[in-house]
Amino acid sequence: MALLEIRGLRRRFGGLRALDGVALDVEAGCIQGIIGPNGAGKTTLFNVLSGLLPPSGGSVRLDGREIAGLPPHRIAARGLGRTFQTVCLFDRMSALENVMVGLHRRGRAGLAAAALRLPWQRAEERRLAAEAAEWLAFAGVADLADRPAAALSFGRRRLVELARALAARPRLLLLDEPASGLNPRETAELAAIVRRTRDRGVTVLLVEHDMSLVMDVCDRVLALHFGVPIAAGTPAEIQADPRVIAVYLGEEAGHAAG
Amino acid sequence: MRLFRSIATFLLPVLAVIAFQQDASAAGRGYYLTQATMAAYYVVVTLGLALLMGHAGQVSLGHGAFFALGGYTSAILTTRPLDLPPAAERTLSALGCVLRAEDAAGVPQLVVAPPAAFAAALLLTLAVALLVGYPTLRLRGYYLAMATLGFGLIVYRVLLGTPFTGAADGIHGVPGWSFGGAFTLCGRRDHRVANYYFAWGAALLTLLLLRNLIRSRFGRALAAIHDHETAAGAMGVNTAACKLQAFVVSALLAAAAGVFATHFNGGIGPSEAGALKSVRYVALVAAGGMGNLPGVLAASAGLTFLSLRDAFGTYDDAVFGAILIAVVTWAPQGPLEPLGRALRGLAAWRPARREAARRGAA
Amino acid sequence: MSTFLQYILSGVTVGSVYAAVAVGFNVIYRTTGVLNFAQGEFVMLGGMVAVTLAARLPTGVAVAVAVAAVGLFGAGLEWTFFRRLRRHTPLHMVVITIGLAILIREAARHVWDEKVRSLPFFSGTSVSSLRLFGAALSPQVLWVLGIVGLAVLALHLTFRHTLAGRAMRACAANPDAAQLAGINLGVMRTLSFGFSAALGALAGCAISPLTLTQYDMGADLAIKGFAAAALGGLGDPMAAVAGGLAVGLAEKLSISILPAAYEDATAFAILILVLLVRPHGLLASRSAARSG
Repeated sequence: MALLEIRGLRRRFGGLRALDGVALDVEAGCIQGIIGPNGAGKTTLFNVLSGLLPPSGGSVRLDGREIAGLPPHRIAARGLGRTFQTVCLFDRMSALENVMVGLHRRGRAGLAAAALRLPWQRAEERRLAAEAAEWLAFAGVADLADRPAAALSFGRRRLVELARALAARPRLLLLDEPASGLNPRETAELAAIVRRTRDRGVTVLLVEHDMSLVMDVCDRVLALHFGVPIAAGTPAEIQADPRVIAVYLGEEAGHAAG
Repeated sequence: MRLFRSIATFLLPVLAVIAFQQDASAAGRGYYLTQATMAAYYVVVTLGLALLMGHAGQVSLGHGAFFALGGYTSAILTTRPLDLPPAAERTLSALGCVLRAEDAAGVPQLVVAPPAAFAAALLLTLAVALLVGYPTLRLRGYYLAMATLGFGLIVYRVLLGTPFTGAADGIHGVPGWSFGGAFTLCGRRDHRVANYYFAWGAALLTLLLLRNLIRSRFGRALAAIHDHETAAGAMGVNTAACKLQAFVVSALLAAAAGVFATHFNGGIGPSEAGALKSVRYVALVAAGGMGNLPGVLAASAGLTFLSLRDAFGTYDDAVFGAILIAVVTWAPQGPLEPLGRALRGLAAWRPARREAARRGAA
Repeated sequence: MSTFLQYILSGVTVGSVYAAVAVGFNVIYRTTGVLNFAQGEFVMLGGMVAVTLAARLPTGVAVAVAVAAVGLFGAGLEWTFFRRLRRHTPLHMVVITIGLAILIREAARHVWDEKVRSLPFFSGTSVSSLRLFGAALSPQVLWVLGIVGLAVLALHLTFRHTLAGRAMRACAANPDAAQLAGINLGVMRTLSFGFSAALGALAGCAISPLTLTQYDMGADLAIKGFAAAALGGLGDPMAAVAGGLAVGLAEKLSISILPAAYEDATAFAILILVLLVRPHGLLASRSAARSG
C-alpha cells in the first residue's frame, strides 16, 4: 500500500475542470515530482490534498485512511504538511516563533495552564523552543531564530517556512514550487535539504517549474496538463516523453521526439 | 531587556494605582476612588476585548451584552426571593449557595448567595458565548462585526422590554458581596478604598493572565490565525476552535466585570448592553493599540475615568466617536503602531547590515 | 382580519423607510465599496432640517430644501472625507462610519436637542383617516409609500436608462475599466453619496408626521436598513426595496406573536440569520459582497 493513493480526483470551479481524474500512488520514502505548465492544476491539487478546497469527486487516502474533504487541521494531524507557493510566514512573529507554530500539535498546554504559567507549561515552552531551533538548524537558518519573519530575505523565508512545515513531523510533505524565486546556489541548497528530509523518513511531493531541481531530486515525476495526468515515470522517461514535450514545446517538437 | 519590560509593565501600573489612591484620599476626593473603581471594571472588559480584537483579529461590536449578562444574572439572583422547601434551603445554605438577606424594606428573604450567583452568571455567559460564537466566528470581516452588533442589540432590546429584568429601570438594591467578613464588595463609603484596590487588583490580574496567554502556545496560534489563517490551519491549528476560545475568554471576562460592577454599584441598567457602550469598548481598544495590553489598560483607564468624571460633558459620546474615526483612519493597528514599526525596522536594520557586510566579504 | 391588515399597512409603511435606507446602503456600497453606517443619520437629518424650515416655509418647500441640503451634505462627506480613505477594508469602513454616525447624531443633539419633533401632515391632520378594507390608515401612509416608491423608481430608471446611471453601475462593476472608459470615478462616487443621502432625507421627511423625528433615530434605522440590504443582497437596489419591505412586515407582524417591546429585536434577528445563512442575500444570484 502506497503512503498516498489518489484516485479519480476531480475539482471543478463552475465550468472549469481544474482537476479531471488525477490518479497517483506515492510510495513512502519517495520524492515525487509534479510538473505541468501554468494552469495545469498543480496548486489546485495541493489545495485539495491539504484540505483548503474540498474535491468535487474522487478519493485521497493517506496511509490507507481517506482524507478527502477533511478540514485542513485534521489533515495536518494525519501527517500531511505543506509549504506555499507564496511563502506564508507569520510576519509579526520571529522565525523561531513561526517554527513553534509548526510545533503546535506537539504541545499540550491549554488556556488555564498558559494563563497561570504552571511549571509544566513553562517546561513545555522551553522544550518547544529548543526543538524549533533544531529545525531551523536543519534548514540551515539557525542564526535567524530571533529575527522578525517580515525582515528576512525571500530565500531565507522559504527555508524558515520549510523548517516550520518539517517541525510538524509530517509523514508526507507537500512542497509548492519551493525553488521559485531562488538563485542557482539557493536551489542547490534546497535540493540538499529535500534529500536530507527524505533521509529522515519524510515522503516528499514536489510541485515545481524548475526542471533542473526536478531532474536532480525526484525519484518519480507526474506530468499534468489541464488537470489531467498525461505521463508518469522516472525523470529521464518524462524528459523524453513526446506528449510532455508537445505540451511544453509545441506539437511539432513532440512529433520530432516520438 | 525583556525582564525590564516585564517589571515596568506591572510595577508602573501598581505604583500608579497606589499613588492615585493616596492622593485622592489625602485630598479628600474620595469620590474619585468610586469612579476609578468603575473604570477598573471597564478596563477588564477592554482587556478581554483586546485579546479578541488585537490578537485573534476578530471584531465584536456587542461586548456590552456580555457585561450585562453577567451583571443582570447576579443582580436578579441576589435580589429576587426564592421559594424553596426548608430542607432544600438548609442544604443549599450549608453549601453557601443561598442566604437570608434583607431587602430594601428590611424584610428578610431567601436569595441566591453572591458566589453562587457569580458562578451562575459565568455559566450562562459561557453558554451564550458558545452559542453566539460558534456560528458567527465563521464569518469574516464586516459580517462578523454586524452579527455581533445585532446580537448586542437583541440583548439590549430584550433587557429593555422585559419587566422581569426591570425594563428601562434595570435592577436595583443589589446587595454587597462579603468575602468572609474581611472584605465586602459594595459601594458604601467606608469600603471605598478596599473596593478600589479589589477592582484594580482584578484589572491587573487580568492583565497578567492575558499576557501569559498571549505568550503561550495559544497566543501563538491566535497570532498565526490573525496573520495567515490558511497557513495556520495547515500547521494543524484548529482555527475555529481557537477563535471561539478567545471569544469565550473575552466574554467571560466581561461578564465577571459585570458581576463585580453590579455588586459595587448596587444595580445595573439596560444601557450596559447598548450599542453605544459596545462601540465605546471598541474605541478604547483601538485607542490603546489593539493587542497592546498595557496600552489598552492605560487608554481605557484614562478615558473611562475622564468620562465618568464628566470631563467631556455633553460631548461624551462624540469624543468616543471621534476617537474611533481617528484611530481607525490613521493608525488601524493602534496609535503607537507606526512608532513600533519604526523601532522594529531599526532593530532589523543593524543586524541586516552586519549580515550584508559579512556576505560581501565572503 | 382588519388587525392583520393594520399590521401589514404599518409594516409596509416602516418598511418603505427601511427600503430607502437599504437602497442608500446599496448604491453607496456598489459605487464606493463603503458600508455607510451614517445612512440612518441622513434620514434623521432630513426630518430635522425640514421641521426647522417648516416653521417659516410651506411644508412642501421645506421638504424640498431639506432633501437638497442633506443630499449636498452627503455628497460633501464623500468629497472631503471618504475620498481620502482608500486602503481600508470594508470592516474598517464599517467602524469608521459608525464613528461618523455617532458624531452626526451628537451634533444633531446639540443643534436640535433631545426633543421629539415632527413635520405637519402633508395632507389632512393627525386624526384624518381613510378606510381600506376595514383598516384605518392615515393619508400620510399613502404619502410615504408614494414618495419613497416614486423616488426609488426614479433612481432605478436613472440607473437603467441614463448615461450617468449607467456610468455609476460601471463604477460598481469594474472601477478600473470604468476609469479607462473615461468615467470620472470621483464624480460618480460623490453623486452616489448625494443620491443616497437625498433619498434617506426624503424618507425621513415623509415618515416624520407618523413616527416622529428624534436625534437618536438614526442608529436603529441604519441597522435595520442594513438588515434589509443584506436580505436582498448588496447587488441590486430593487432587491434592497424588497428587503426593506420584508423587514418592515416581519417587524410589525412579530407583534402578533411576541410582546411589542421586542419588535425592534425582530429586525436584528433577521440580520443575524441572513448573515449566518446566506450572507450574500436571499435574492442575490451572484456574490456581490466582498469579504474582508
